[in-house]
Amino acid sequence: MNAYLEPKHEMVRKLVRQFAETELTKEVIDEIEETHEYPKEIFDKMAKCGFYGMRVPQELGGQGADYRSYVIMAEELARVSVVSNIWATTPNSLAGGPILNEGTDEQKEKYLKPVMNGEMKICFALTEPEAGSDPSGMTTTAVKDGDDYILNGRKCFITMAPIADYAIVFARTNPDPKAREISAFIVDMKLEGVSTGAPEKKMGVIGCPTSDVILNNVRVSKDALLGEEGSGLRNALATLDVGRMACAAQAVGVAEAALEEAIKYSKERKQFGKPLCKHQAIAFMLADMATEVEAMRGLLYQAAWMKDKGSKEVGKFASMAKYYCAEKANEICGKAVQIHGGYGFMKDYKVERFYRDARVMTIYEGTSQVQQMVISRAILK
Amino acid sequence: MKIIVCAKQVPDTTEVKIDPVKGTLIRDGVPSILNPDDANALEAALQIKDADPDTTVTIVSMGPPQATEMIRECLAMGADNGILLSDRAFGGADTIATSSQIAAAIRKIADYDIIFAGRQAIDGDTAQVGPQIARRLGLPVVTYVQKIREFKDGKVIVERQLEDGYEVLEVQMPCLLTAVKELNTPRYMTVHGIMDAYKADIPVWNHDDLGLAPECCGLNASPTQVLRSFTPAPKGKGEMAAGSVKDMTETLVDRLNEKHLI
Repeated sequence: MNAYLEPKHEMVRKLVRQFAETELTKEVIDEIEETHEYPKEIFDKMAKCGFYGMRVPQELGGQGADYRSYVIMAEELARVSVVSNIWATTPNSLAGGPILNEGTDEQKEKYLKPVMNGEMKICFALTEPEAGSDPSGMTTTAVKDGDDYILNGRKCFITMAPIADYAIVFARTNPDPKAREISAFIVDMKLEGVSTGAPEKKMGVIGCPTSDVILNNVRVSKDALLGEEGSGLRNALATLDVGRMACAAQAVGVAEAALEEAIKYSKERKQFGKPLCKHQAIAFMLADMATEVEAMRGLLYQAAWMKDKGSKEVGKFASMAKYYCAEKANEICGKAVQIHGGYGFMKDYKVERFYRDARVMTIYEGTSQVQQMVISRAILK
Repeated sequence: MKIIVCAKQVPDTTEVKIDPVKGTLIRDGVPSILNPDDANALEAALQIKDADPDTTVTIVSMGPPQATEMIRECLAMGADNGILLSDRAFGGADTIATSSQIAAAIRKIADYDIIFAGRQAIDGDTAQVGPQIARRLGLPVVTYVQKIREFKDGKVIVERQLEDGYEVLEVQMPCLLTAVKELNTPRYMTVHGIMDAYKADIPVWNHDDLGLAPECCGLNASPTQVLRSFTPAPKGKGEMAAGSVKDMTETLVDRLNEKHLI
């Protein structure tokens, strides 16, 4: 057992592993890859297990779990299916996070509960075509009009947008670009003026649609404001703080799975009269991969433990975990494909999917380069 | 309704290897799990609780201190509380001693309507402890329950699995029922349940708590003597027929003919 984990965390692992290995069979995953549709039945079952409200206190109808439980859930789901992990972590972080951080009691009741029960889907509309790593450069505006606000702008790469009931839209409430005054609004996707683009055709994480959200003179009441006017960026960054850890966890999960597959294949496949794993070049690759997975896990659990203990240094460690795990997951999945040789390039083998799914991990929830900025700022203070 | 579920922590036999020299199980490093039939027993109790929220489900388990983890797993699935019977004096118990100790615990709990147990544990495979508990408590018992039909006038109507069908039985409560895997599909734990389970107090009862003298417990009270354990020689590899039912039937008839069995 890892020194940062307690028996209850291992029990969470047992639950999620049992769930993933029972429900997310090869047939189910192949079907998702084929149709790009995620089965509602599995989405509902995850809700029943409590995967969507992990960190929400039990008094608010959540699970009352800690960050270590949360990252273990992400790790174990991603170990079998990265897209399933996206379905499970989105309600926790991107959808639920901003409401849990700054929502009023009424907003928590109206939005957070149904999100946790799997009855409502909310997307997180922050990124814009010209504002990715630097969200303060966004151009979407919210202009006050009496008691209402009028929203205009375009958001892109928004996870779950085509199927969302609501979007948390971040918009400028002060037109002066230097003001950095960004506010968050909960916007009903059925409102007049709200539309979504066609689902993007992605390299990986197939089965969870991503698209633009277009806001054309969308009128929302002041009740839609989440937190105070101007608190949006703070809320978004606090949300992404948590997201970083879940992203590190899914990188650990997919890397573990790639390593397991590589070990299995290297024992079965024979070349030059002996199994691949008996060739030193392959055995040493596996040794490197296994060592890196352990290092990833250690960094991840340490960051989650620090968050649970309220450490002030957690931001740096969460960035380190996200940066290191995402980069290493890509390398490990690449090596797993390499060990599989030509077969690894074929869709019949799991490592082909792992390789595609891992690619986005150094990009979303803060690129590796943004994490390097956070880490370097922290150590050069 | 008040329900007691007897559950056992067992080694995951799918991962157990056998010592080729001693003929005994190698349990080192083998994960421990909730006995599968006991998970069906618990699920049956939880389904009754789903229908009637006033129901309480109590887990009774005998085992070493680490069996509390299995009890917590049961709580995380939805059981209300659990009691562990654990004492050095209980060590080496055969089914006679085990049922005596569990029956003593149930007598101490006193208030119950149904006791559920799994059909058998995957480590011992005796299927004796459930019926023995019922005998000791003077309760009616139905083994191999594959369906619970209904509760009526203090009675429960169940289907009992037979090799070639089932029988329908009406049983006066309190009673003991043993569950087979066909009874239901055990639910998953919930995260909420896990968090609560680790806050729960799980009392540990020893021989004094059960009012049993040490000589009436464990190995001292076990008439069963294991003379030798051995691994049966593996059977030859079977042949699987494939194709349509007609093809498979023809293959089977051909093989039986070849061996002059028909």
